[in-house]
Amino acid sequence: MAGITSFGGYIPRYRLSRMVIVQNMAWYFPVIMAVAGGEKAVANWDEDSVSMAVAAAYDCMAGHDRKGLDALYFASTTMPFADRLNAGIVAAALNMRENGVSNADFASCMKAGTTAMISALDSVQAGSRKNVLVAASDQRRTKMATMFEMFYGDGAAAVLIGGKDVVADYLGSYSINCDFVDHYRGQAKEFDYGYEERWVRDIGYGKVIPEAISGFLAQSGMKIGDFSKVIYPCYFGGTHKAIAARLGIEKEKAQNNLQAVCGDTGTAHPLVMLVSALEEANPGDKLLVAGFGQGCDVLAFEVTEKIRDMKLRTGIKGSLDNRVDLANYQKFTKFRNLITADLGIRGEANPNTSLTVLWRKRKMLLGLVGVRCKKCGTPQFPVYPTCVNPTCWSVNDFEDYEFSDKEAKILMFTGDMLSPSVDPPAIYGLIAFEGGGRTMFDFTDCDLNQIKVGMKTRMSFRRRQADNMRGFTGYFWKAVPQVEGGGK
Amino acid sequence: MATGIRDKVAIIGMGCSQFGERWNDGPEELMVEAFTECLQDAGIEKTDIQAAWFGSCFDEVGVGKSALPVSMSLRLPNISVTRVENYCASGTEAFRGAVYAVASGAYDIALAIGVEKLKDIGYGGLPEFSTAMGTLNQLWMANFTAPGGFAMLATSYAAKYGLDMNEVKRAMAHVSVKSHANGALNSKAHLRKPVTEEQVLNAPQIAYPLGLFDCCGVSDGSACAIVTTPEIAKSLGKKDLVTVKALQLSLSNGTEFAYDWDGDHFVTTSKASAEAYQEAGIRNPREEISMMEVHDCFSITELVTMEDLHISERGKAPEDVMDGFYDLNGGGVPCQPDGGLKCFGHPIGASGLRMLYEMYLQLHGRAGQRQLKDPKFGLTHNLGGFPFMNVCSIAIIGKQGA
Repeated sequence: MAGITSFGGYIPRYRLSRMVIVQNMAWYFPVIMAVAGGEKAVANWDEDSVSMAVAAAYDCMAGHDRKGLDALYFASTTMPFADRLNAGIVAAALNMRENGVSNADFASCMKAGTTAMISALDSVQAGSRKNVLVAASDQRRTKMATMFEMFYGDGAAAVLIGGKDVVADYLGSYSINCDFVDHYRGQAKEFDYGYEERWVRDIGYGKVIPEAISGFLAQSGMKIGDFSKVIYPCYFGGTHKAIAARLGIEKEKAQNNLQAVCGDTGTAHPLVMLVSALEEANPGDKLLVAGFGQGCDVLAFEVTEKIRDMKLRTGIKGSLDNRVDLANYQKFTKFRNLITADLGIRGEANPNTSLTVLWRKRKMLLGLVGVRCKKCGTPQFPVYPTCVNPTCWSVNDFEDYEFSDKEAKILMFTGDMLSPSVDPPAIYGLIAFEGGGRTMFDFTDCDLNQIKVGMKTRMSFRRRQADNMRGFTGYFWKAVPQVEGGGK
Repeated sequence: MATGIRDKVAIIGMGCSQFGERWNDGPEELMVEAFTECLQDAGIEKTDIQAAWFGSCFDEVGVGKSALPVSMSLRLPNISVTRVENYCASGTEAFRGAVYAVASGAYDIALAIGVEKLKDIGYGGLPEFSTAMGTLNQLWMANFTAPGGFAMLATSYAAKYGLDMNEVKRAMAHVSVKSHANGALNSKAHLRKPVTEEQVLNAPQIAYPLGLFDCCGVSDGSACAIVTTPEIAKSLGKKDLVTVKALQLSLSNGTEFAYDWDGDHFVTTSKASAEAYQEAGIRNPREEISMMEVHDCFSITELVTMEDLHISERGKAPEDVMDGFYDLNGGGVPCQPDGGLKCFGHPIGASGLRMLYEMYLQLHGRAGQRQLKDPKFGLTHNLGGFPFMNVCSIAIIGKQGA
């Protein structure tokens, strides 16, 4: 037996109304006016596919032991490294075991997320692994005034695959693989290159998805009416409806494609939609999920009673509710590095990352792992070999202590206009963790005028530097002030 | 049993360059300018100097590494020169090295010199320090600057004492207004225009809640001192000796940053000043300290420091400041008579010695329009680093026998 044992999601807080894009760019390409409805989720400037995957993975692992993971599969087409296991960064951020695990990247295709799920389910069914975390995430850059800019959103989702306490039993899968190239992104290219929409709609989404789903039904002997939700990505609203009609899916049983509230999150989207469906699902519900891209994966699940025991999580619904308007289109283009704004001479400093230090301190830098003194019990970060408690000062008598999931309170803060930042002022402060330990962090996802001493914060894994000279992306954790009501 | 430094060493000469944006001069010229005045003041020959200590902070953008820049610029006769760097305490550290060398009997006459040439980097503010914080720290430390680091103190100070930020800002503004008034009286100061509280409060924000006038000048400059024993000073014909009364240093050990602290005060200053008073034999600093030059890198730093020097009571510095207690003619303890870092300027490695220079001038009655009546003890204070992690130095000098 295998199935989904937990799930989580992450949609970034900024939302860009498509009308804002139209107001700024329709002069250049009026066709975008045709899809001006709704809004898309936009990653903050310090987020990327890896950081969003970490957020979704933490959400998914709430109430589950991260040390119990046997593998982590990361699916994305926007991984920061071509040669360095990106899943390894996510795994380190989760402070996963290093020995006896096998992590992997699933890349280069919009259906890589569903393919990673099938692999995970196969290995759990085969008994070779007990718990596999699948995280899918995309943060695709798009040229200004394009349909891709209108359709694409940023986001991530994660599902935990296992054999025990399954919340959605795996009923099987079916795949079509064919070299249908509706769009592609060549090696070292920044943007997607897309072909005519009419062809992509009719011969791509509109034909391949129904064929794959029909194939699954034929193979399993199940009927489309057995499913309470059929989940397939398709950002063309008319085609999304047409697929349902063609397969005989009742209107309310075709899972919403989230175009209105989030946009298409690429590799993550089948999982984002699946998690969204699971959040509303009841025991006994059967779900069919499809991933589209150079073919189509189809997976079927049946929700169990265990879904009622799941711990509260942010999920897709919670992240969609935590929204702030990004009313400034220029800010969006700067966040995505589509325009050149001066960071000043102060912002030129670009020291390389010491890979020896990164290796030695990987738990600290990627996992936000500090220590707790075995003698006096004081949690501390950063770690020095001597306990920070002046009434203790014992040496090297520590155990690991994770700060990544601890809440904290702001002790002092500022918004700094001098510090080079893509989104000035640079906000940072000293925070004290519940249960002990304190240190200074950059803050993110916040507005200076809403921050107060004493306000709660939660930690978030973020991109720290994108070193374009060497192609290195560095990460660390930031504090997110928890404004009552989730912001504006 | 240690007996402290009190009256064991005398300052026989001091010099200080013009501070400011010295576009046409490098650190070499600045050092020679200060040294020439200093040597003349001491009335000795360069060859009488047996050893030197040199303070400079940003070797990356100024003089470069080692003490060679001093030896080369001043053409010292192949004597011992030691480079010290301890953030903003670097100048006072150089002084401490020279003073201790003389006190130990190792040398008769020693030089302390500090310099910083900051205006060669092409942008405002202090040099960017991400590459100077160590290979590990640069991978995780918040993206902070000097103004931001100190600005945070205002938020926690206000929270601690339940003060409205506008009240704190007004007191901070008065701190700057007072220093501008003093700086206007000083021909060697970088910034010489008086300002009003309204100007300070309406200035552009640098780091919440600090505005432009809450931040000190970023300047080029050099200052130096020649020290010897009181006996040798007398043998050289020196009268009305100014002697060293106390030299204390205190460094954070991470307690503030990582263990337990309300963000309302400087742990190090509190300790170093108490020890300095003891070393100098001062029981009631509010009554006995005649004047001070403190590390007003930012107005909030000076405000809070008044409490850590045990002159204002905890939480009462804003009241004392608003009462004019620290003004030049306020009847209290004049603070920053020379304009402070705020207006005299802050070439880091020179600052500690520049502060001592003003105290020295005042004690000798040579402070011109700024001259205070019969000062006995002058205190200087440096704070290098950040409120949560810093190096604090305190020096007290005074009239021999005071």
